[in-house]
Amino acid sequence: MTKKHADAIVVGAGWAGSILAKELTEAGLSVIMLERGSERTTAVEGAYPDSIDELRGAIRKRLFQNLSQTTVTVRNTIEQTALPYRQLAAFLPGEGVGGAGLHWSGVHFRVSPEDLRLRSSVVERYGEKFIPEGMNLQDYGVTYAELEPFFDKAEKVFGTSGEAYRVNGKIVGNGNIFDGDRSDNFPLPVMKDTFTASTFRAAATEAGYHPYSLPAANASSQYTNPYGCQMGPCNFCGYCSGYDCYLYSKASPNVNILPALRQDPGFTLISDAHVLRVDLDDTRSKATGVTYLETKTQKEVSLSADLVILSAFQFHNVHLMLLSGIGKPYDPISNTGTTGRNFVYQTITSSRVWLPPSKYTNQFIGAGGVGVAIDDFNSMNFDHGPLGFVGGSPVWVNQAGVKPIAAAIGTGGGGTPRWGSAYKGALIDTYKHSIGIDAHGSNMAYRDVYLDLDPTWKDAYGQPLLRMTFTWKDNDIRMNQYVVSKIEPIAKAMGATKANLVHLNAGQPFDTRHYQTTHLGGGAVMGTDPKTSALNRYLQSWDVSNVFVIGSNAFPQGMGYNPTGMVAALAYWAAYHIRTTYLKSPGPLVQA
Amino acid sequence: MPPKEPTLTRPLRRSFVKGLLGSTSFWMVSGHSHWAEALAQEAQKPYQPTFFTPDEYRFVEAAAERLFPQDQHGPGAQTLGVAEFIDRQMESPYGHGDNWYMSAPFVQGPANLGYQLPFVPRDLYRKGIAGLETYTRQQHGKVFADLPSAAQEQILTALEGGSVSLGDVPGRVFFEQLRTNTLEGAFADPLYGGNKRLGGWLMLGFPGARADFMDWVNQDGEAYPFGPISLSGETA
Repeated sequence: MTKKHADAIVVGAGWAGSILAKELTEAGLSVIMLERGSERTTAVEGAYPDSIDELRGAIRKRLFQNLSQTTVTVRNTIEQTALPYRQLAAFLPGEGVGGAGLHWSGVHFRVSPEDLRLRSSVVERYGEKFIPEGMNLQDYGVTYAELEPFFDKAEKVFGTSGEAYRVNGKIVGNGNIFDGDRSDNFPLPVMKDTFTASTFRAAATEAGYHPYSLPAANASSQYTNPYGCQMGPCNFCGYCSGYDCYLYSKASPNVNILPALRQDPGFTLISDAHVLRVDLDDTRSKATGVTYLETKTQKEVSLSADLVILSAFQFHNVHLMLLSGIGKPYDPISNTGTTGRNFVYQTITSSRVWLPPSKYTNQFIGAGGVGVAIDDFNSMNFDHGPLGFVGGSPVWVNQAGVKPIAAAIGTGGGGTPRWGSAYKGALIDTYKHSIGIDAHGSNMAYRDVYLDLDPTWKDAYGQPLLRMTFTWKDNDIRMNQYVVSKIEPIAKAMGATKANLVHLNAGQPFDTRHYQTTHLGGGAVMGTDPKTSALNRYLQSWDVSNVFVIGSNAFPQGMGYNPTGMVAALAYWAAYHIRTTYLKSPGPLVQA
Repeated sequence: MPPKEPTLTRPLRRSFVKGLLGSTSFWMVSGHSHWAEALAQEAQKPYQPTFFTPDEYRFVEAAAERLFPQDQHGPGAQTLGVAEFIDRQMESPYGHGDNWYMSAPFVQGPANLGYQLPFVPRDLYRKGIAGLETYTRQQHGKVFADLPSAAQEQILTALEGGSVSLGDVPGRVFFEQLRTNTLEGAFADPLYGGNKRLGGWLMLGFPGARADFMDWVNQDGEAYPFGPISLSGETA
């Protein structure tokens, strides 16, 4: 019996997978996209009013990964026994068609140009010795100028709202002065400032910083993208993060790509299909297809393909590479191997300021990608010389719509009551009159922070869980503390009656129990040296040249920005080179 | 006669799901809008706990009221129906830990690596309440619900601080479970049995399912002027 064959198999139906599937079907390939979760459409998961139910949505985690089937184990250091991440908390991967792209907020950044060549930039300015011992600081191997057309394309597909600073070398507006040059404006005008965002904007200006509007993949007006997919205008309902947008205003693969893709006769989407491994030939240098489990029938199915795209969530991509034997697993002791190397996260701390009781911050009003930020302490935008750390952090007010259960659970602690009458009073005051300010920063890669397979725990399919070895390091803790200290003058200028500035503390280990961010990265990074990167600069596996691995797994270090815009640009970048070069002559695009 | 359209003040009522509510089978077929209507209907009735025993239910009512008391700020857990909410949640997939990774071995480790017990929420309540009532009787000679507020607060403070062991369940773990579910019950949509008469949302100024704020994106710090509405159309 012959196996079913496709020209290309795409694993994972999120942003990266949908972009690759779209590009490859446009190139005339037959494409099968496998998604382990269920089918999802706005007509069902986004139907008002069920879609805006906080308990069912963000609290019971309707759209997130079901850990009962598979999870990861986590430890802080190599000496510890990693334990399973049994309850969703610190990070929230998606599941189902759309992936994390269905439940994301919509903050749609590009990249700080210097972040793509961070090692080179740090060495040029401060010398090699500035890099701390054990930090695997690396360049991406691709420049901002090379990626710019793909950032532009992604913004047009996503219907991104924003205000540019510089287009084709000409200053055009009040955007971020630290941004790289753009070839075009945002496709949609900037979203309005909420009251909290305008308060922050005025105060940051007064404090001498350079505020800008967050680029938001929340549509400021109706929009039809290049694929003919339509978006409706956002009404600031506040149900972005953790929800399927009932107004078709937040960009998602489900709204912005799949409606066009589903019409292509060359495209097949199979949901409830959990990929177990990429099948390799005897030389282990060529993929022959994939084997997946039909989760509804528990039947194993093998498909053959000429090209395999891994585009699952960051750590699922790395997990699949390890399970399939793609590349050499990273070993932190011998410092060899690349699959699992440079696993990174982001530093995020949320501070809060209170305005006088006459001012209502109406925190339930918002949109996931909307807000005002400063980049004065992000990337290489400030002098690190006297500070002695690498990296940085934007600071922002990003009022995405604060719901009552989340507010109630999060109020109290740090010496203030978490229950009882005093707690109730503080909760009401905080909900009505406060503003959240985040420092959402970089996280560097370290020799002893990595991903591998767990020796003990298995998933529902009998395969070893992925193991994370991760904790906060001194460099990143000091960076976070420095940036958080810069919030103080902003709080003063806001007329705050009280401020609670929150930062990481020296020696503080990573804690899996509290939500931080889902912006995990690295583990199969892109680069120019096969000894330190699993992928070449086109996100092609150095070891198995008909496998491309698309996602934030490719980031050599965690950047201060939200990753989705960068993931989308890298997806279009890889797709472009597959279409223009690889398909004409399959094989390595870069010689190792 | 066909059902009438729902209005802002009169939720749509339907009876065909009667009896299925609270059972797992109901939740499994619940991916459509009837689910909200059915839950809303159920939330209107006098409540008989199905998971908790009467004694356990008295404990949950009393403990939730101490955690979220009636006071000058507004209604407490009892008025808001928090115990009913928790009882109903125990019969939902959540109560059975449906999206928790529950594979052995269960190895205890540092707290920051997260929950590592072999118990789902239903187990935590059953074991936690039994353990805490044993502790309460030893310390005070009465069950929790019969103690004065000050003694109840003292017990909850000890529980939160980690100085009480409840047999298989660390006191702090049970405290966090109780606190989280109490706050969920105070502020979830009323269709789950808590937040009765939208009392939780009124207290916070949260407008519920309005979900359209184009008129109030930025009114220079003026309070949002409209009261809450629930998913089923109840207003307050």
